[in-house]
Amino acid sequence: MAEKPVAQFWRKIRSVYNIVGTHCKTCGEYYFPPRPVCPNCRRKGELEEYKFKGLGKVYTFSVVRQAPPEFKRQVPYVIAQVELDEGPRLTAQIVNCDPEDVHIGMRVRACFRKIREMGGGGIIVYGYKFEPTMKVTGHNKE
Amino acid sequence: MERDVAIIGVGMSKFGELWEKSLRDITLEAGMYAIFDSGVSGKDIDGIVIGNMSAGRFTGQEHLGAMAADMGGLAGVPAYSVEAACASGGAAVRQAYMAIKSGEHDLMLVLGCEKMSDVTQGEAINTVSVATDWEWEGMFGATFPALYAFMARRHMHQYGTTEEQMSLVTVKNHKNAQWNPWAQFQRPVPLEIVMKSGLIADPIRVLHSSPVTDGAAGLVMCSADLAKKFTDTPIYILSSEQASDTLSLHDRRDITTMDAVVRSTKSALKESGLEIKDIDVFELHDSFTIGEIILTEDIGLTEKGKGGKLVEEGVTEIDGKYPVNPSGGLKARGHPIGATGVAQIVELALQLRGDAEKRQVDGAEKGLAVNIGGTGGTSIVHILGR
Repeated sequence: MAEKPVAQFWRKIRSVYNIVGTHCKTCGEYYFPPRPVCPNCRRKGELEEYKFKGLGKVYTFSVVRQAPPEFKRQVPYVIAQVELDEGPRLTAQIVNCDPEDVHIGMRVRACFRKIREMGGGGIIVYGYKFEPTMKVTGHNKE
Repeated sequence: MERDVAIIGVGMSKFGELWEKSLRDITLEAGMYAIFDSGVSGKDIDGIVIGNMSAGRFTGQEHLGAMAADMGGLAGVPAYSVEAACASGGAAVRQAYMAIKSGEHDLMLVLGCEKMSDVTQGEAINTVSVATDWEWEGMFGATFPALYAFMARRHMHQYGTTEEQMSLVTVKNHKNAQWNPWAQFQRPVPLEIVMKSGLIADPIRVLHSSPVTDGAAGLVMCSADLAKKFTDTPIYILSSEQASDTLSLHDRRDITTMDAVVRSTKSALKESGLEIKDIDVFELHDSFTIGEIILTEDIGLTEKGKGGKLVEEGVTEIDGKYPVNPSGGLKARGHPIGATGVAQIVELALQLRGDAEKRQVDGAEKGLAVNIGGTGGTSIVHILGR
């Protein structure tokens, strides 16, 4: 892909750096990525910003072995759907573990990482990846 | 004024890596064959619809409506281009169906095309990922095969579907494609080779995936009363239905079911007054073989979780109870993205006319096609009858 302008990423920094989504006060549902309209309640919905705890478990995953140029240096990498404790799922890489050890139901927590470079002269995008939780933190309730 | 809609001509370009042919060459080829097959002449055509996903990124060319009209010597005829990711072809068929049914157009040329081999493999992977939720999936490194791998992994986890069952879909579709003169891979492939082919996104292997393909497909469609003027074997579109779902896979209620397929199939069957057991031949969207397994369940050929068994037991073979993808499907016919939905309808029309030669499903009278956009964000279902 050619170089991307900065604004496309800059405007999402809040969400992508800190896992900030939305919560609907009408129906109680949590959304990540943030939604401008609650699909359950539509105009009756009342959305507020919500910062997710960044804890969850692997819902499904794959090991990517054929990747676009921007990800070639990371191959093979684990990409997963993580089900956050608040409910919604998101798509992110799983790092700091052997791909062989990743399994459905594995407890993970968010960490801040470099995601990709947008082409040779393009900007570097940072954001969330997930790693296995450690027993000492007490988050490891599989 | 609602009118019945008929298909009176079909055409295809060869599917494959066509180095010597451009986007406009293959589009023209499919369109001309469809026109010759129908017996209409240029002056009979009062509209053109063309389905395409991403010619702008694959070849640098957009504005395909005007391109198609111009190349065919039909400049002056209104031409519309439509996009719905991998369902762009099905969307083109449905646009023409609605236009003719409503009376706004009488006789239309429908095209689908994609030229994918003019870019590097890396660019092709990136372009295909526009069919995902790019900002929240593709952006983080989820390739298109990886998203289908997500579905496959859950399907295996929840229902015990096996890698061998996913591979048997490949074996069946390659077997069928050897009798399809337009198919990209006209040769069978043994199960051991599929099972040992390279992993691209575990558990999906290269031989579980549709290839990079150049190709185009065309139809001539008109109102049923007009059809009799041109042919003794019109094929009728009994129903055309479409449904949407969330753009991203992670927002789905259940990633082992495509709700949009369930919904659009139900309404298509209702509209045509048929039950699924009345259908004789199926073209289902197998961009990855797990897709065919999921769709056989979602359209109601078997219960949820038993799609793997269906292929294992031979039910979906050409001579089985429910023949699926006699053309070879996306896996073996090839998957030129915007052409696929039109090519499915070409195959069903040939089957219902009895013109499918060695891959003919005996006495087929009703056919059903499911064309999927992205990971199930769009589903377009057509039921055809003779």
